[in-house]
Order: sequence, then structure tokens, then C-alpha cells
Amino acid sequence: MPRRSAPAPVGSLEELLATREIVVSCGSGGVGKTTTAAAAAAMAATHLGGKVLVLTVDPARRLANALGLEAFGNVETQVPARAFTEAGREPRGELWAAMLDTKQSWDDLVRAHAPDEATRDAILSNPLYQNITGRFVQSHDYIAMERLYELHASGRYDLIVVDTPPTRNAIDFLEAPERMAEFFSSRLLRWLTVPARSRVLTMASKPFYTVADRILGSKFLEDIAEFFLLFQTMYDGFVERAKAVTRLLEDSRTTFVVVSTLESAPLAEAEFFIDALKERRLHLGAVVLNKVLPDLFLADGAAAAAQRLTKAPEEVAAALPAELGDPAQVARVLREVGESYLNFQVVATREAATRREIAAAPEVVAAVPYFTGDITDLGGLLELGERIWR
Amino acid sequence: MTDLLDRRLLFVTGKGGVGKTTIAAGLALLAAQQGKRTLVAEIDAKGNLADFYETGPTAFRPREVAPNLFAMSMDTEESLKEYLSLQLRLPLVAKIGPLARTFDFVANAAPGVKEILTVGKLCWEVKERAYDLVVVDAVATGHITGQLAAPTAIKELVQVGLVREQTGWMLDILGDPDQTGVVIVAAPEEMPVNETLELVDRLADETVVDLAAVVANRVLPELFGRGEEEVFERLLELPDDVLDEAAGGPARPILEGAQMAVSLRRTRSAHLARLRDELPPGTPILYVPYLFQRSHGARATAQVAAHLGEELGF
Repeated sequence: MPRRSAPAPVGSLEELLATREIVVSCGSGGVGKTTTAAAAAAMAATHLGGKVLVLTVDPARRLANALGLEAFGNVETQVPARAFTEAGREPRGELWAAMLDTKQSWDDLVRAHAPDEATRDAILSNPLYQNITGRFVQSHDYIAMERLYELHASGRYDLIVVDTPPTRNAIDFLEAPERMAEFFSSRLLRWLTVPARSRVLTMASKPFYTVADRILGSKFLEDIAEFFLLFQTMYDGFVERAKAVTRLLEDSRTTFVVVSTLESAPLAEAEFFIDALKERRLHLGAVVLNKVLPDLFLADGAAAAAQRLTKAPEEVAAALPAELGDPAQVARVLREVGESYLNFQVVATREAATRREIAAAPEVVAAVPYFTGDITDLGGLLELGERIWR
Repeated sequence: MTDLLDRRLLFVTGKGGVGKTTIAAGLALLAAQQGKRTLVAEIDAKGNLADFYETGPTAFRPREVAPNLFAMSMDTEESLKEYLSLQLRLPLVAKIGPLARTFDFVANAAPGVKEILTVGKLCWEVKERAYDLVVVDAVATGHITGQLAAPTAIKELVQVGLVREQTGWMLDILGDPDQTGVVIVAAPEEMPVNETLELVDRLADETVVDLAAVVANRVLPELFGRGEEEVFERLLELPDDVLDEAAGGPARPILEGAQMAVSLRRTRSAHLARLRDELPPGTPILYVPYLFQRSHGARATAQVAAHLGEELGF
């Protein structure tokens, strides 16, 4: 591949990671987003050098172990050099890892933006605060992007690979900073936080309050209002920050890697997401397709042979050396093997067609074959990384 | 195990990507085929339940998509309107538009309000007895406890008001194992099994809802019986030309494919074994095989319904 002669577009994940500072790994749940993020970061630390951080949301225990992460927390830990030595690699740079702790991150954010200690404590101890930070639809999405911003701004890393939280809708986190800004600057919020007495006097608001009081009870409404009133003291800081986060996502140093499998639901989500990136003029760096069946299921003439194994296993068994074992047993094995091949061949054929469709997009497309085992160490991660690297 | 469908309200959940909607659609279809008047409700606004029955888009108002089978999509704003007109007898329904938008905003910010409008509507359908069974294509494992615990949370947060009064009967329905249960869908892989086991604990700790069953989805077939694996090993050692001649074509990819299938099955079996070992004793586990031919659409739904029926002993 004469990559050198073609300066643009970027032709491999290696080049992509060498040119960007932030890589956002996204896609629907269960497609291997976290593993892909970790593998890409491990490869970058090994081959490109510098300080590389992988920020994950909720890694599988084994993956966390593979990265040497034991405790859940916002503290970044360096993956020990020993892990690389065991994998037979000599890394050029350092690999760091951290897991996102939503609650902790929110608390930190409040501490950073509260105007004074009294407000800070009032917010942190507000009964609604925990519920809201834990459940507010966009809170996880927002905080992940907020942490990313903070880590990038700290100047501690050359490259940050971030995994996105599992959301009902993959684009939620793209819109989270914007929505957060909208939320804090909305008229309704300001109106809600107007002292209760003057509010009651506003005729326009009366129907709402009559109904809301009857449904929720006025005490609950007051709790909500108090909470928002407290939160509003952080308005400027929050809105400014949310805008900065949006700018960072749009920055040319940031790229998005869309991860998917070839199953219909994740793929539909991935396509939807690719469109959303285009619409927002965000940079789609690569598409990584995980759990792709190997090409051996599409080998010329193999399907016909497999069919023969299922239709006439006894004949095939008879043509094979006798020392294999009891011919009836050999025939049973041949039939099973043939049937299994035909089953997977159907899936592989379907996948091949889908892959061709996706390959029409000009970006990097990497296909990662099915790993039959689980990834348990850095070596496994790097092995996966090799598949998507060049 | 046929009594699973004798409950009145089943929440089907699971980690993203395990086939939650497929199982919910199949379970509802099976119930309808068994003569139960069934409502299947999709919670996720961006869901695709309709695709599983090859029918047009579903809406808040249930529509019959197959004999005995009605489908709907949850819409909290519609649920609020219905609630207001049914419960409060408020003559506001016509001009509720802007109010509902405002309410939607508060509901987004105030914990539990949206959830209770969802769970409340589902419990309402059970209470009204318009259906024998309500199957819910619920939110994923990460969000389900928040939804199911909403009535409890509201009861604690809201001291007075109509919403609080409503939580009582909802909790009666949700907390009755004869009426309500959760079905967790797991694929035999590491993370789905982890999340299933974690959810079982959280359901017990944070909600009043009973665990009805676990569905192990996409289970790969066992290739070899006793002694056959040894035969397979010997087959692998034969030279290509001998194999190809007997098979009448390239045999090596077929054998390598089988090797892959065997090792996939092996790692997955280990995860299934862990699932079986760590679930509370007596939890029914229903096994649904990997569907090679079709992975979605009405055909897949029909096949899943048939497999679930077999597992339940129909």
C-alpha cells in the first residue's frame, strides 16, 4: 500500500491516532466499544509513544484487570511496564487508564463552580441532588465529556482515547453539553426559581401551578425550586464550560471512531450516528467492525463440500482412512461439521454484503474477526489492536 | 414453567445488544398464540418493536398487530394526558399542550416523574384487566431499577399530592410475584452475564419486583457428543488432498470453521455455567438458540416464540 504518496485522507488508525489528540469511541451497547478504545490506546502507547490515556466508563472486569485497574475511580493509573514485558512488547510511551465515576465527577464539578462554601454544601446535601445527578437523563453523557475536557486541558496527555457511556441513543452524549447549557439558560428554569410568592402572583403561571401542586404536592415543587435556585448560582461557570466542551468536540484535533458489529440493530445505530456526525461537521475518523466472521466461511467451493458432508456423510467417511474410528461415528462428526459450516456461512454471506455497503464510506474501515476467547491481558488487547492498526 | 405467562406484567430487560426486543416480541407473540389477550409495550422512544412484527409504527394507543396481540409505544406526555383526564377529571385536556411541555421539562429534571408516568400506565393496564398479560420491552439493565423503583422513590420524595396517593396501588401490583416479574435476557458472554447477575442483586435491594426468569439468548449448538471430539481431532491431522478428495471440495475451511464454532461454544459455555451457578437457586433459565438464518424481523420473532414455547413446556 503506497500510503506515503497519498497525504489525505488518513489511511490507517495509526495515522489517525498520530495526528489527533482526542479519540472518542462510540456505538451502541455490547459492540466492543470499550475494548476497542483500550486496544487503540495500547497500540498508540506501544508504537507512537508519548503519554496515552484511555478513559473508560464501565469496563468488563477482565478488561479492567488487563489494564491493571483495580479500583473504580477518577484517579488515573499507569499500566505497569511489566504488563507490556509480559506481552513481549517494548512500549515507546506510557499507557494510563482511568474509569469514570459519575457521582464523584459531579461533586468535583459542583466544588469547582459553586460561588461559596455554603452554596456548595447546600447543593451537595440537597435531597434531589443525588437523584438528579444519578438519574438526569443526560447526566452521565455530560459528565463523560466534561471529564474529557478537563483531562485534555490539564496538558498531561498526548492522546486521550475515551469510551462513551451506554446510552439509549448514541448521539445523546454529543448533544449533552448543548442541552446542559440550554437547561441552565432556559426561561423555565429562571421562572421556576423566582421566589415562590411573586410567582403565584403571575397569572400566566397559575394554571401550571394549580395542576402541578395537585399532582406533585407543593412541598416537592419547593424542593425542586430550591435545588434549581442553588444550581443557578453556578450558571455562568456551567454554561461557559458546556460551550467549551462542545468546542473541544468540534476541534480538528478530535476524531470519532464508530464501533459496531454487523448485526442489524447496532449497525442501524452506527449508521444513524455516522449521519449525526456529518450533520454536526464532526470528524469521523474510522469505523471499526467487531466480531466479524472470518473469510474461511466464504471459501470457494467449501459450501458445496459442506453440503456433501451433510447429505452423504457415510460416503465421505468411507472414502477416508479407516484408522479415524468407527465409520458411523466419523459420519456423525462429518455431518455436524458440515452443518455448522453451512450455518455460519449464511451469516458470513450476510455480513459480507453489509461490509461492502459500509466500505463505500471513505473513512478507515477495520474489520476485527471473532475472538473465540476473552481478552484477559494486555497481550490480548494488543493482538486485537494489530488487527485495526494499519 | 408454563406459569411464567400466568403473570400479568412482565418487564423484559437486558444489556444492550443481547436481543432484548427480540425476546420481548417473541414472548408476547407466544402468549397471544396461547390464547392470552396480550399487550406488548415498547418503552424506548427510538425503539423498533414494529419491525419485529413487520407492522407499521406503533403509537401510544394500542393496535392489534396479530390475533390477540396488541402493541403500543410509551409516550410519557400522552400518559400524563391520560392520567390527568382519567384520574383528576381535569377539563384541561384540550389546552394541555404547553402545560405538558412545561411538565415534560420538570419531569426530565425531577427524578422519578417520567418513570412513574411510564410504570403507572403499565400498572394501570394491569389494574383495568383489559389484557391478560402485559409484556414490556423495558429499558436496558443499567436503567431498569431506576424505573421500577420510581414509585418507591416518589413515595419518599413527595410528601403529599395525588402522585403520592397513586403510588400505593402501583406498588401492590409491582410487588406481587403472582402478578409482576422481571425477565432478564443475557447472551452467553462476559459482560451480559455480569450485568445480569448485578441486576439480580439490585432488583432485590432497590425494588419490590420479583425476578421471574432469565433467558439465555443466542446459545450456540454443541457440535460433538461423547468420543466425537477425538474423531474430529484425528480428522484435522489428515492431509488436505485426502480430505478434499473425500469431501469433493476444499475441506480445510470447513474443519477450521468447526474449530472456531467449538471454541466459541466452549467460552460461552463457561459464561453460561457461571450464570447458572450464581443465579438464585430455582431461577428458571430459558435457552434460545442462536438463529443463523434470520436475526431479526417477523421470521426471527416467530422462531423465538416457538423456542420459548418449547422451553416453557407448551
